[in-house]
Amino acid sequence: MIELDRLEMTPLLQCKNLVAGYRIKSGFVHAVDDVSFDLDRGGFLGIAGESGCGKSTLAYAIMRLLKDNATIESGSLLFKGADLAKLDEEQMKKIRWVDISMAFQSAMNALNPVLSVGEQLTDAIHAHEEATQSDARKRALEVLKLVDIPKDRFNSYPHQLSGGMKQRVMIAMALILNPELIIMDEPTTALDVVVQRTIIEKIQELRKTLGFSVIFITHDLSLLVEISDTLAIMYAGKIVEYGASESLFNRPLHPYTKGLMNSFPSLTGMIKRMGGIEGKPPDLLKPPEGCRFHPRCPQAIPICRESCPSLEEIADRHSVACFLHKGAEIL
Amino acid sequence: MNENILVLEGVNKHFPVNSFRMHGKVVHAMDDVSFSLRRGEVLAIVGESGSGKTTTANVMARIYKQTSGRVTFEGREISKNMSREDELRYHKKVQMIFQDPFGALNPTRTVGRIMERPFVIHKIAGRRKAVEESIDKILIQVGLEPPEQFTRKFPHELSGGQRQRVNIARAFAVEPELILADEPTSMLDVSNRMSIMNMMLYLKESHSVSFIYITHDLSGARYMSDRIIVMYAGMIMEIGPAEKIINNSFHPYTRLLKSAAPSPEMGLKRKRLITGGDIPSLIDPPGGCRFHPRCPFVSDICSLEVPAMKKIDEGHYVRCIL
Amino acid sequence: MLKDTFSLFIENRKALFGLMILVFFSGVAIFAPLIAPYDPKTNKVDVLRIVEEEMGRTTTVEREQIDEFTERRVYTQSIATTYERVTTKLPLNARPSRQHLLGTTKAGQDLFSQMVYGTRITLAVGLVTGLFTTILALTLALLAGYFGGVVDDIISLFTNVFLVIPSLPLMIVIAAYITVRGVIPIVLILGLTSWPWPTRILRSQVVSLRNRDFVRVSRILGERPLYILFREILPNMISLVMASFFTSTMAAIMGEATLEFLGLGNVSIVSWGTILYWAQNSGALLSGAWWWFLPPGICIALIGTSFALMNFAIDEISNPKLRKR
Repeated sequence: MIELDRLEMTPLLQCKNLVAGYRIKSGFVHAVDDVSFDLDRGGFLGIAGESGCGKSTLAYAIMRLLKDNATIESGSLLFKGADLAKLDEEQMKKIRWVDISMAFQSAMNALNPVLSVGEQLTDAIHAHEEATQSDARKRALEVLKLVDIPKDRFNSYPHQLSGGMKQRVMIAMALILNPELIIMDEPTTALDVVVQRTIIEKIQELRKTLGFSVIFITHDLSLLVEISDTLAIMYAGKIVEYGASESLFNRPLHPYTKGLMNSFPSLTGMIKRMGGIEGKPPDLLKPPEGCRFHPRCPQAIPICRESCPSLEEIADRHSVACFLHKGAEIL
Repeated sequence: MNENILVLEGVNKHFPVNSFRMHGKVVHAMDDVSFSLRRGEVLAIVGESGSGKTTTANVMARIYKQTSGRVTFEGREISKNMSREDELRYHKKVQMIFQDPFGALNPTRTVGRIMERPFVIHKIAGRRKAVEESIDKILIQVGLEPPEQFTRKFPHELSGGQRQRVNIARAFAVEPELILADEPTSMLDVSNRMSIMNMMLYLKESHSVSFIYITHDLSGARYMSDRIIVMYAGMIMEIGPAEKIINNSFHPYTRLLKSAAPSPEMGLKRKRLITGGDIPSLIDPPGGCRFHPRCPFVSDICSLEVPAMKKIDEGHYVRCIL
Repeated sequence: MLKDTFSLFIENRKALFGLMILVFFSGVAIFAPLIAPYDPKTNKVDVLRIVEEEMGRTTTVEREQIDEFTERRVYTQSIATTYERVTTKLPLNARPSRQHLLGTTKAGQDLFSQMVYGTRITLAVGLVTGLFTTILALTLALLAGYFGGVVDDIISLFTNVFLVIPSLPLMIVIAAYITVRGVIPIVLILGLTSWPWPTRILRSQVVSLRNRDFVRVSRILGERPLYILFREILPNMISLVMASFFTSTMAAIMGEATLEFLGLGNVSIVSWGTILYWAQNSGALLSGAWWWFLPPGICIALIGTSFALMNFAIDEISNPKLRKR
């Protein structure tokens, strides 16, 4: 049970100026470059971006699961009063999975093929808490019921399950210790559209009953606009537009956001020829001078080549990092 | 020219199952697939995994031969055994674009060498100079300019979008009559997809090619095609003009697909999906209508016999008793 | 493409080290006559020289035993010249010294020269057998893997049957029965017993490549099967073929040494294996003549290491995940 002992207005997670990346032979790749956002309790933050924009690095950074040559360089991740970026491994272990958990991309890779579903769930419990075997088993069965997986699948192995079921097991694993925040990294990308919809609906339903917050990372912008409250658009390691989903959908300000919106043909409404965006994402080792999007931007102006705009609030719950929108600060 | 360029009638494709336990059983990848394609039109085949859409494309490309049923191309029946000349002639007219841009390119060859092959095999444009010019021309058409910069490169030196452009260039190089595109954009970055789709439409017009566009994305199908076929578990469920299928669909499965697709405009007003269940096994498909276990309108007859294709409207057919 | 692979190979430290060892031994083999101070098989040294020229008729011989090893005979002839032949018998079972860098065998043969000349046979047999096995395996693999069906069934059946037969006992049995002794029978025996393993491995890769999209594209474009085999599939197998070759060569060198050691080859030729055979036969181990059995053993191990290192390097190149950043 999540105890809401005091009704706080402070956000559950505050990411401030986070810089993270990894070291390779030729230098340091800034996969996450000065990223800031807030996540309210019970909120649903969607992070949209294409491959190489740094969204997965961001997810792993929050969980402090970055691999050896990857580090958090600077910035803070305030979570319930503690700065996750500064905690040591011992302290982080207490938070990981108990307060913040993650559903990984491609359940195929994240589930252990030689352990049964039940074993993996009970393992997760035993790793973080003292619990008796029967107690752990009971809780595992409960959480499987929550995600609509029949009881008789408790002893099944991952390869015996369908893609949708595996993903639901992933979500069950993320839920099992009742965390307050679940980070989902492209959880439905590899699934058929109908299965995807059932999983998304299940997540929404569980949110209502259990009250956890979600950070949902995907490249499918049209899906995100539908399901998230707040939306952050990432490009080349930076957040270029951020705010309420409706606001971003009705009035996209950043040319990249506009281009992305223009890349999803609609199912309803008129058919019209749409644009897409020319070019490809930059190399994060040597990003372009000035605004990172300017080489591909159809509306670039001279200043875009020289300096990089920072995120500035233009309207209520709608910020954008672009010189086209008045008052953007010059770094 | 409104004649049919390709006709499939009652095509079945069954793969034998190799395991000992299930000896004698087959995978019903395609059952009773019938449709026709008019010259110059874009026909989309929409379905989820296991629907049989990729197998249909493979049969049309002659990677697999059909188990039974008739395939007719440009008036001539395509039989299971063809002579080498006939095969070559068929391949000059029917080309395919694959889903994985990188997998479709030989990593040990340069773009230039890869692009040469179609010309050499089909003896188009004899001399070396003429071949080079033709290659340059088609590379420019797919947006890889300047061509000299690209012919020297290896596949791993190109981006995903560029690789797919090479694949498309290669398919168009032989000046085919029909192109089969199997999910050509699903492995590309979102921002690249639109330009690739637009380019395919433009090439279709400029080269007068008919298209079969296979996808799981209903909105992509709507954007690209004139007509849509909806497949489920190896059978065609509905076929009709794109707008009708999207806005006025009849089959419960088509409606399910439509409501499951992400649509930003719908937002919170979305109705809950009433259907659960998974895609059935193709080795033991459900008796009668294959969708009946999941169908919210199921009645007794549905499990007993497979419904025939019923005409709803001009060019719009549905396999359902409703 | 080949240039890139080659430079990647050279840059890899393991490969470089292994390659240098191989180059070293190859150099020794090629320049053997220049390097070896003695003839490997002889146990004495004859020096013949002319002492003086003089007219005369009679021939007299003067013999003088200078010391235990050396005998001096002086022939005086009436007509023409006086020759002097100094025959030095080499010491038996001598420890390494300045004259004999690796000592001598019990029969008085210089071991250093034997090792140097032995490199020729060892390397030649190894490389030729390795090449033979690899080509045979590759051909069978391409046929079985690409065409499938009956061809694959037959080839796979044979491969599996031969795979199960233990190669060493088979080699021994065949070698013991054939009457012809020599290097060529050894090459044949080794080749015919070691082809199944690489065939299986290469066939798997052919099958997996055959199902890759770019091969399908070639088929759809209308390419002929032979073209697909040699220009689409084979170039993508280079690293595996090379690794196969190194493994086969290594196995052949070991196999040759084994057969010779057991006396099943031609023991009168000089190879590292025969050196070991004679060492064993003459009780070198018991008498503590380490200079006799250690050098061939160490050199065989070194060559094996060199091929193993090059194999690791190829693994690293073809599987980028193994490369160190």
